[in-house]
Amino acid sequence: MRLQRLAETDRAAVSFVLDGTPVAALEGDSLLTAILAHDGYLRVSEFGDGLRAGFCLMGACQDCWVNVEGGGRVRACTTPLTGGMRVSRRIVQP
Amino acid sequence: MSILIIGAGPAGTRAAEVLVSAGLRPIVIDEAPENGGRIYQRQPAGFRRDPRTLYGFEAAKARAIHDVFDQLRPSIDFRPRTLAWNLRQGVIDTICDGKASAVPFAQTILCTGAMDRAVPLPGWTLPGVFTLGGSQIALKAQGCAIGAKVAFLGTGPLLYLVAYQYARAGAQVTAVLDTTPFAVKAAQAFGLMRGGATFAKGLYYIAWLRARGIRIAEGVTPLAIEGSDRVELVSWRDARGTNHEAAVDAVAIGFGLKPEAQLADLAGVPFDFDPVQHNWVPRKDPSGRTSVGGVFLAGDGGGIRGADLAEAAGARAAWAVLAARGLAADARAVARLDATLAAGASFRAALERAFPFPAKLAADMADETILCRCEVITAGELRAAANEALATLSPSEVNRAKALTRVGMGRCQGRVCGAAAAEVLAAALSCPAEQVGRLRGQPPVKPIPILPAEAA
Repeated sequence: MRLQRLAETDRAAVSFVLDGTPVAALEGDSLLTAILAHDGYLRVSEFGDGLRAGFCLMGACQDCWVNVEGGGRVRACTTPLTGGMRVSRRIVQP
Repeated sequence: MSILIIGAGPAGTRAAEVLVSAGLRPIVIDEAPENGGRIYQRQPAGFRRDPRTLYGFEAAKARAIHDVFDQLRPSIDFRPRTLAWNLRQGVIDTICDGKASAVPFAQTILCTGAMDRAVPLPGWTLPGVFTLGGSQIALKAQGCAIGAKVAFLGTGPLLYLVAYQYARAGAQVTAVLDTTPFAVKAAQAFGLMRGGATFAKGLYYIAWLRARGIRIAEGVTPLAIEGSDRVELVSWRDARGTNHEAAVDAVAIGFGLKPEAQLADLAGVPFDFDPVQHNWVPRKDPSGRTSVGGVFLAGDGGGIRGADLAEAAGARAAWAVLAARGLAADARAVARLDATLAAGASFRAALERAFPFPAKLAADMADETILCRCEVITAGELRAAANEALATLSPSEVNRAKALTRVGMGRCQGRVCGAAAAEVLAAALSCPAEQVGRLRGQPPVKPIPILPAEAA
């Protein structure tokens, strides 16, 4: 699975860093959109049951947490992407 | 003393409108960066689709709500990006951009909305499985589909609406799988017709999908979502008992809506089990007033009634607030709102009966199915705990089960699994779902950074 961009694709490009690799995204993307349009997961479950990519997209389920350098642990669905963000999907120790 | 409106969706907007017209300046808090709520969510700056593309038949309503709110902005204290994470006696605790504040109120109107109700299925934690509402938000707020080949699975009006919106936007809709048999919906036809345009739109979406050859199956039993590290397949059993599968890379699931009523819970508002919508609903009078002084409810957070009635309920609750402050009400406006709310109730009841929550599907889920996706607890673990509790303790209810198994103790606080967990537990204890109760709310209602919380 990757999110498929169907509309609004003529926005300005921005880039961010995902697990150390530069990734292209679009201005106005949420962090969730930017990551999942590129690669189909957001985090690794702490309980060994595999990958997760969020669920509710409205800030309720708390299943889309990622680490942002300098910003700590954030909910990807409600966090706007900003250019140059450095994001990590490794297992988070609370 | 302040009036605090929590939620800037249709209910909160209309509540603010009434209060401003009475010369008051309410504080309006919303967790989102913009007003509109989920139903009329605004797209970010720089997006250019018109309301017709974004909201379809609801474009005029969405535009009206946005216009009213924009006009109100100078007259209200709007605090976007602000989470109301606790409600105590006369105070709501908030956090905005990492900064905490305690906001006192004389009256608050909680317009906290709803979220999708889920039934856990094998494979539902795989990347590519999203809620119906979430799938709609991906399209509306980000211009994205959740995958290249999408199945829609569940029941309720949103199932067909989102499938239609996806197909119209150019996504490949592989199948629409409705757990409700056609006959159940047909039996409600008379009541549904009272919904007039709303009912007609629902029929239109289904006809539109069928006309384009999109596979629609009714009365299905979902079997599994499969794949390794991503969705690859969805399988189901049709009404005649034949198994089917379809190759997809994403599945949108949803079985109606449930109120986001955590703040009402923290306020101490009593809840009742509404057998028609199969939800726990905070108790309120027809004006939205609760038994807790100063706390009023409007919109889906006070019981699922849909966006149109949310507008009426928001305005009605604002009149009730004015009455509580000893201010005169416009009797004709109040009577009109009461009539709207009363008339809408019968259509809503028919709609809920037409798309009932598949309680048995939840109750019968396989032991191996992950029930609580936060803590990765299976249905079998909950059943084992239930059996143990039967032997040692009685009565049993969901909060006890939570203590024993951690079901509902994760980051979402049982928002996602709570309804299904109650069905599993009730079935294990051979009692009706309402008898096992509901998960109690706890502050903070969503995770917040610990340092600002201490500073508050």
